[in-house]
Amino acid sequence: MTSPVPEPQSVAFGQEIEYRAALREAIRQEMRADPRVILIGEEVGRYGGAYGVSKGLLEEFGEARVLDTPISEAAIVGTAIGAAMTGLRPIAELMYVDFAYLAMDQIANQAAKIRYMFGGQIGVPMVLRATMGTGRSSGAQHSQSLEALFWHTPGLRVALPATVSDAYFLLRQAIHSPDPVVFLEHKALYASKGVLQDQAPPMGVAVSRRPGQHLTLVTYSRQLHHCLQAADELAAEGIEAEVLDLRTLNPLDLETLAQSVRRTGRALIVTEDTLTAGASAELSALIQEACFDYLEEPILRLSGEDIPIPVSPPLEAGSVPSPDRIARAARRLLRRRG
Amino acid sequence: MSETIPVATRLELLRTMIRIRAFEERVGELFLRGETAGSMLHLSVGEEGAAAGIALAMQPGDTFTTHHRGHGIFVARGGDTQRMMAEIAGKITGYCRGKGGSMHIADMSLGHLGANAIVGGGIPAVVGAGLASKTLGQGSVSVAFFGDGAMQQGICFESMNLAALWKLPVVFAAINNQYGMGTRIDRASATLDFAGRARGFGLEAVEVDATQPERVWIAASALIERARAGQGAGFIVANGYRFYGHARKDKSPYRDPAEEAEGRKRDPILNQKNLLIGEGLLTETEYEAFWQAANLEMDAAESFAKQSEWPGLSTMFEDVYDPSSPPPVPVEERLNRVLGGAL
Ligand SMILES: Cc1ncc(C[n+]2csc(CCOP(=O)(O)OP(=O)(O)O)c2C)c(N)n1
Ligand SMILES: [Mg+2]
Repeated sequence: MTSPVPEPQSVAFGQEIEYRAALREAIRQEMRADPRVILIGEEVGRYGGAYGVSKGLLEEFGEARVLDTPISEAAIVGTAIGAAMTGLRPIAELMYVDFAYLAMDQIANQAAKIRYMFGGQIGVPMVLRATMGTGRSSGAQHSQSLEALFWHTPGLRVALPATVSDAYFLLRQAIHSPDPVVFLEHKALYASKGVLQDQAPPMGVAVSRRPGQHLTLVTYSRQLHHCLQAADELAAEGIEAEVLDLRTLNPLDLETLAQSVRRTGRALIVTEDTLTAGASAELSALIQEACFDYLEEPILRLSGEDIPIPVSPPLEAGSVPSPDRIARAARRLLRRRG
Repeated sequence: MSETIPVATRLELLRTMIRIRAFEERVGELFLRGETAGSMLHLSVGEEGAAAGIALAMQPGDTFTTHHRGHGIFVARGGDTQRMMAEIAGKITGYCRGKGGSMHIADMSLGHLGANAIVGGGIPAVVGAGLASKTLGQGSVSVAFFGDGAMQQGICFESMNLAALWKLPVVFAAINNQYGMGTRIDRASATLDFAGRARGFGLEAVEVDATQPERVWIAASALIERARAGQGAGFIVANGYRFYGHARKDKSPYRDPAEEAEGRKRDPILNQKNLLIGEGLLTETEYEAFWQAANLEMDAAESFAKQSEWPGLSTMFEDVYDPSSPPPVPVEERLNRVLGGAL
């Protein structure tokens, strides 16, 4: 779906706005369009969201639709599930995705499985928004990238917007999804700015953010920006990297991914989550299955280290991919055989 | 009431609260100057009466966990302010080698089983510590310190039930500063009778004014010693006010300025000072001397933190597993295996 509903005038298409403003606009438009849409979570109302995403929404929509909750993650998600099954379209928020662990039964045993266990009688049309990732030295319990956990769970959709336009359109699409969507917002992106386009492809369509014939950088969320920086660096040396933004892991656009890797013959997967059994492992397997005869070089994975995220700034920064490390790995891949 | 509390303890309560405040104000300044690690710093200014009153009622060998606003509790339990400050600055000399920061300070040698950035996350560990104490005959009590916000987490109630059911030497200490982030307690809980809730689980429960540290100490001592004697787990809710915002930079726009002014007037340090001066147990000069000593201590802590080194990059792979087994393989090494040669 390119445009879920007719676009009201207030949205600043063509203007440069912050990622968090794009998220706010998406929620606002959907709440205006559909009285069943509610926002529920800790500090989403009066406080305006821990990162300011929902500022002004309580004032516009009132306490019946913007619900500040106690610190009760399992109940927040569970309440959203029940409401979604009985007529509302909840957007539930976890302040940090790390807190999903407190609500994991509701997410993985309930939301993800209800359609299936009950023989397709009912779906759970809800969005679970959460802040993810490193960048603010917030420590081991406020900095994780847990997309693999959700991707691993049949029944959940997983969206990881990297751009302002995707923040807006993917969130609107997620709200319209008939199935639960885990919507992961990278904390280092909230203040990032970009032009809000007047359309974006649907969930499940990967987008090439930069053309290139020598290798494919496969990524999503904040690492997209690191990959683009690395690609600029590489271009100065004559290496042209295609940068592919997956946007959603479920649904996954394997077609576009495979086409790119078949063309370039080389894939470097860049994620911020841990390496072992991480998203990059599944991506690597998928590429190998789809592109084996086309691969010029082994598939490379650059990811977060297999450690909890440390607080100390040099350690935190050193524990996830940087533009420099991406460029170095790409260079080596290209020059592996001289 | 003051008959039951030794004079030395009464003075120690004051001295401890002053050290806590001096510590918190100092790390707050460092934070504002960008000299601490991380975006989050939660100060317990205004809540020193709860920390000192309960912590000083504990005995050596007792164990505890704290919430994310835990500096003061640990200062009161004997934490080394130099290593605390170094940890908050993310330096290798810190309590957790810079890995934990403000929200994850711990010191097993002082019974500090860990501060926690998950609201409610540290509560069940004291049930386990109580179980170990009972099973191994350690004679120790374990205390869970947490905020009013954790009173709405299911784990809190599962833990209370277990501790009561098994009559464990455990005390649950809820520090009620009226807010969980921007949410006032009456917007988070339909009942504000937290002690009543705990009683419902079969715990011995009391509610105290945290701005009167001696009352806190007396109530906490009774609960802790009762638990130690095998008479069952307890619950104490200490009511006070969070002087600063949720984190240091939060200006609390969600709080009524009149309420804030009123809240800040209920200062546990001034209350204790006035009490002791009124009874002739303290002079202004002695009070000033407490502050001077505390400020000197924090000067030393600050320069220790500043002069300490950052952790080396390779330390990030340490402490994931016991040192007897190999650390996780760095991503770069995995790349090398695929590509051959150095990156
Ligand atoms: C499980 C979990 N949910 C939410 C948060 C975000 N958060 C951190 S502190 C806090 C408020 C906690 O309030 P309270 O327990 O009263 O402690 P206080 O900050 O008032 O000392 C919130 C919501 C968190 N750290 N962990
Ligand atoms: Mg509180």
